[in-house]
Amino acid sequence: MEALQIAGALLTLLGSLFILFAAIGLLRMPDVYNRIQAGTKASTLGSILTLLGIGLCHPEWLLKIGLLILFVIISNPVSSHVLGRAAHFAGIPLSKRTHIDTLKEYRDKELTAKEEQQ
Amino acid sequence: MKLKSILILFIILLAFWIILNNSVSPLILLTGAVISLAIAIGFCKTCDVFNDLRLTPRSFLYTFLYLWVFLIELVKSNFDIAFRVLSPSLPINPGIITAKTTLKSKMGRLILANSITLTPGTFTVDIIDDKLFIHCVNMKEEEQEEFGNHIVRKFEKYLEVIYG
Repeated sequence: MEALQIAGALLTLLGSLFILFAAIGLLRMPDVYNRIQAGTKASTLGSILTLLGIGLCHPEWLLKIGLLILFVIISNPVSSHVLGRAAHFAGIPLSKRTHIDTLKEYRDKELTAKEEQQ
Repeated sequence: MKLKSILILFIILLAFWIILNNSVSPLILLTGAVISLAIAIGFCKTCDVFNDLRLTPRSFLYTFLYLWVFLIELVKSNFDIAFRVLSPSLPINPGIITAKTTLKSKMGRLILANSITLTPGTFTVDIIDDKLFIHCVNMKEEEQEEFGNHIVRKFEKYLEVIYG
């Protein structure tokens, strides 16, 4: 019992550490898209580890915690994708360090093709 | 084909119900089964999300392989991003690249895009037809095509078997 509690506490600590990295990433990254990268990735594993840690402390909750983890895994990438897509649609610029933007090229090409048709 | 969708949705809903209730007493099981069946039939009159799912032993095996690969990638991506965030020089070379997928089914593409979002330094900005637009934290300008294919192929070979 005691060992499980300690393992759970350590997992929760590790999870919060990853969430801390996500927070630092949000502050340090240069533009929206890179911030989304730092935010989603670190926070996904962070919340999974935190939840697993709680599950080890209370083994009777493990199945429900499994459900929570499933929801986090499904919803996290979807929300980050939608944020990124909306940002790109709204024309929020990428940082100066960006090398290439094929999506913008593609959209511009479609736009000119449409204009030519009209 | 509609029957398959209803059946899969029914099984998923019933599994959720049992886990949330934490018991398999006959009364709870019966209530759950009736409600799950009603919801499954009500919602799957027009839905076709599970139609492409293949229910063969090989596809089950590949589902487990896929989950395993996915978890490893998830952990790797977290360490990668943590390393980049913490290093003083912030070593990033961001860019949006294009990758083509051979997956036909909508569900397969959805899962592919979500998996890419959770792999090291990449996230899907948009999907137009069979083209995925992926934002990378660290890309090489010369070999972007290969890089994009490499990202997509990693998951595609499993999803191909599961969804086709």
